[in-house]
Amino acid sequence: MQPFQYQQPADAAGAVATVAATDGAVFLGGGTNLVDLMKLGVEAPGLLVDVTRLSMDRIEPAPDGGLRIGAGVRNSDLAADPRVRAEYPVLAQALLAGASGQLRNMATVGGNLLQRTRCLYFQDVTKPCNKRQPGSGCPARTGEHRNLAILGGSASCIATHPSDMAVALAALGAVVHVQGAGRSRALDLAELYRLPGDEPDRETALSRGDLITAVELPPLDFARCSAYRKVRDRASYAFAVTSVAAAIDVEDGLVRDVRLALGAVAPVPWRARRAEQAMLGRPATEETFRSAADAELAAAAPLRGNAFKVPLVSNVVTAVLSQLAGSTR
Amino acid sequence: MTATLSTPQIPHGTRIDGPDKVTGRARYAFEHPVDGAVYAWPVQSTIAKGEIRDTDASAALALPSVLAVLTPDNAPRLTADDPELALFQSRSVAYRGQLVAAVVATSLETARGAADLVRIDYAEVPHDVTLTPDHPGLYKPEKVNPNFPTDTEAGDPDGAFAAAPVRVDKTYRTPGEHNNPMEPHATIAWWEGDRLTVFEATQGPSRAATIIAGVFGLQPDQVRVIAEHVGGGFGAKGTPRPNVILAAMAARAVGRPVKCVLTRQQMFAVVGHRAPSIQRLRLGADENGRLTAIVHDVVGQTSTIKEFAEQTAVATRHMYAAPNRRTTHRMVRLDVPTPAWMRAPGECPGMFALESAMDELAVATGIDPVELRIRNEPAVEPESGKPFSSRNLVACLREGAAWFGWADRDPAAGTRRHGLTGTGVAASTYPARAMASQALASVEATGHYVVSIAAVDIGTGARTALLAVAADALGVPADHVTLRIGDSELPPAMIAGGSMGNASWSWAVTDACRALREQIRARDGAIPAGGLSAHSSTGDAIGALPDHARYSFGAQFADVRVDADTGEVRVPRLLGVFAAGRIVVPAMARSQFIGGMTMGLSMALHEESMIDPQFGDYPNHDLASYHVAANADVCDLDARWIDEDEPELGPAGAKGIGEVGIVGTAAAIANAVYHATGIRVRDLPIRLDKLLL
Repeated sequence: MQPFQYQQPADAAGAVATVAATDGAVFLGGGTNLVDLMKLGVEAPGLLVDVTRLSMDRIEPAPDGGLRIGAGVRNSDLAADPRVRAEYPVLAQALLAGASGQLRNMATVGGNLLQRTRCLYFQDVTKPCNKRQPGSGCPARTGEHRNLAILGGSASCIATHPSDMAVALAALGAVVHVQGAGRSRALDLAELYRLPGDEPDRETALSRGDLITAVELPPLDFARCSAYRKVRDRASYAFAVTSVAAAIDVEDGLVRDVRLALGAVAPVPWRARRAEQAMLGRPATEETFRSAADAELAAAAPLRGNAFKVPLVSNVVTAVLSQLAGSTR
Repeated sequence: MTATLSTPQIPHGTRIDGPDKVTGRARYAFEHPVDGAVYAWPVQSTIAKGEIRDTDASAALALPSVLAVLTPDNAPRLTADDPELALFQSRSVAYRGQLVAAVVATSLETARGAADLVRIDYAEVPHDVTLTPDHPGLYKPEKVNPNFPTDTEAGDPDGAFAAAPVRVDKTYRTPGEHNNPMEPHATIAWWEGDRLTVFEATQGPSRAATIIAGVFGLQPDQVRVIAEHVGGGFGAKGTPRPNVILAAMAARAVGRPVKCVLTRQQMFAVVGHRAPSIQRLRLGADENGRLTAIVHDVVGQTSTIKEFAEQTAVATRHMYAAPNRRTTHRMVRLDVPTPAWMRAPGECPGMFALESAMDELAVATGIDPVELRIRNEPAVEPESGKPFSSRNLVACLREGAAWFGWADRDPAAGTRRHGLTGTGVAASTYPARAMASQALASVEATGHYVVSIAAVDIGTGARTALLAVAADALGVPADHVTLRIGDSELPPAMIAGGSMGNASWSWAVTDACRALREQIRARDGAIPAGGLSAHSSTGDAIGALPDHARYSFGAQFADVRVDADTGEVRVPRLLGVFAAGRIVVPAMARSQFIGGMTMGLSMALHEESMIDPQFGDYPNHDLASYHVAANADVCDLDARWIDEDEPELGPAGAKGIGEVGIVGTAAAIANAVYHATGIRVRDLPIRLDKLLL
């Protein structure tokens, strides 16, 4: 780990100004990923700007309904929030499926969104990685990629986004509030993340100094009927092999509305819009769900070691939606 | 229970060092406060094969708190027999991650940071890290670990197999696995003249002192190894690893005490692991399931600098009766880290193959797998003809089947769809041995006893068990006895390994305590002002043991649930029933059994050191990506044992219980997975992608 400076700014504006103006400055949330990466030499920031004491730790009703979640809210607190548990159970389940109790106590919403891939090559500075060192190559395609992307990857990068929480937020259509040096703005979660293309080092639409201040969940009545299913090799304390976040609104046996997002299969939390479209107005049956999943997976580009994720995603999407549809009847 | 010790001052189920451990008072190697200590941090090779052309330490040495950089250019000469301990003695690189240099600095952080600044220029050549069953480099080792014959044969195994009415001929694979004790390898070393003292994370202070002395050209009594508390080893701390040589070398170089602790990532390269295996099993049987031929052919690997030939097929030599039989071991030297002992080396991977094949034979013959094993129970050790000192596999199978509820089992496989469930059974075994150890028992005029032996408690509860043994042999309450262990200056003793620790130590302790008690009795209880003492040495008694076959046995039963959508396997229930001689302290024994079974579950479902042919290393070299079982993986886990009289193995009659618990677990789970799904997984671990239906 290289020596670094540490600051606790008084307010968000000060934090943003400092990071925007200082080469090598980064925001520090719970540190559960950043500090690990610093120990591994993957990150070597010159200045850590601690944003955990900027009063971004509230969960409150949003003006137009929905819920506004401060970016500094700890994962444990968000998972335990009664409104989240009742109105957005998919989010509570996703949070509790992630990491361990100790890590959830530290990890923040903003930091969780911006955590880095756990691709083994990204984490080992003695090896090439286009994301860490642009142009150095990607050993994952020909090496260990069992848990890497089947959707949205590129020739230069097939890393997966590791978050569980972000998959639920993608399904819920969350909006991310960002305070920048010049302006504040709100963008859809889908706009926050970039697919790797030939610039896998550019992971988000954020510029230097942009600080995520809050995440807003839009009102979504049928999110009460939602679920998160995390498939993992170990019963706890493991990143997903595949995950599914889903909410469904069934009326008269037909799919009136549906939200579906996939985790651990793409470089970003993967909103399965093609599958959603394929289900709308169709009978809420296993056949519909499976053909919708397969429609989404038509674009899959699996490799030798992760081809199993194609049938796995299909199975889990079908199972989760069938279970949710069954519970609403 | 009459066979166990009752020592009122040690409450049932507690460890005498438990309060120290949970309050943090117990000190592990790296935690001892040592004035003026500085820190050593190793540099690892970033190639898998080649030569070091040049080293450049100037950038590291430019940092003010860097005291020294050790490289092959300037390292002092050593006299190490073990190439893994010949630190910086050669410019050859034998595997990626090998220690090639080290930085010594006044802070751990500086040492770590400066290690990145040491430039090593390599001449790299192509490497080969991939084990294949027909590798051109296959050779026959002279012996397998520790000194078993490489091959054995009796009768006409090929002819008998070809003629057998029922045949199983399958190949099973086990991956590389890493021991991953909780405590990393760690050392604090300092010199006083020509005397070296180390606080060391070791499974054996006596043996460590001897080996370290050899590396530095010293007499064993010039090296003192102290290991007060050790946080697990599973074989990886059985002998010294490079960390202690580095710390001692660095301490001599800078003239100050040096602390050295390895990271988890570093441990994957330099402290040993279980090598992968490819095992072809051929079982020939008649229609009644009686084995006529057993052939177990193993292909394994070692590094290019040191041979460790795992004895994978040795358990097959004594498990089942069959007139025609053969076992073979072939090895390949690859550009990989050197493998070493990992809990039940040999028996653990070998019994996965044999006990999976027995299940396949049960399916092929339609005979219940418990019954099949009972039908093939040998009267004497099959290959040697020696009698067993005690053998109760059949009792373990029968009693286990009764406790588990095996009789109700529907033998059809893959029929319980929707919440696929299944049950499986496998046998377990491990050698029962003891090694020469010494102990000293003394009593002061005050009536207080001190019992000393260079044993070590690596988390097994040995400290508690030996105190109970000593108090029992002395016939006094435990709080009248001080037990001293964990120091090579105490009477020399066997390592905590091979399931021989407690068996060896308790023998020496019992002998010393009984001799002391006899002295006291001879004096009618009058203890002179100078006290009394008695020394024991068990070498002669162990050498005089009858030439019998001595093993522990067990039966493992597993209940699994497989998610039909995802292939995820969970294990709601595991039951192990063991026959391991006298169980000295039940609470500690239970911990050993269920700990072994948990590690076996972990082997079955999770553990795999993936090898990356591109770089030649284990890319999943941390505990986030190398999975060991988490608490949530372990549900109803029960270990029981049967009363077994072991008449030969020392005064305690204890067979050792550290390893028998891990043997057979993976096969029981794999057999249960087959029963649940109809899918036979012959290559561990049983990951969900192998079961997607």
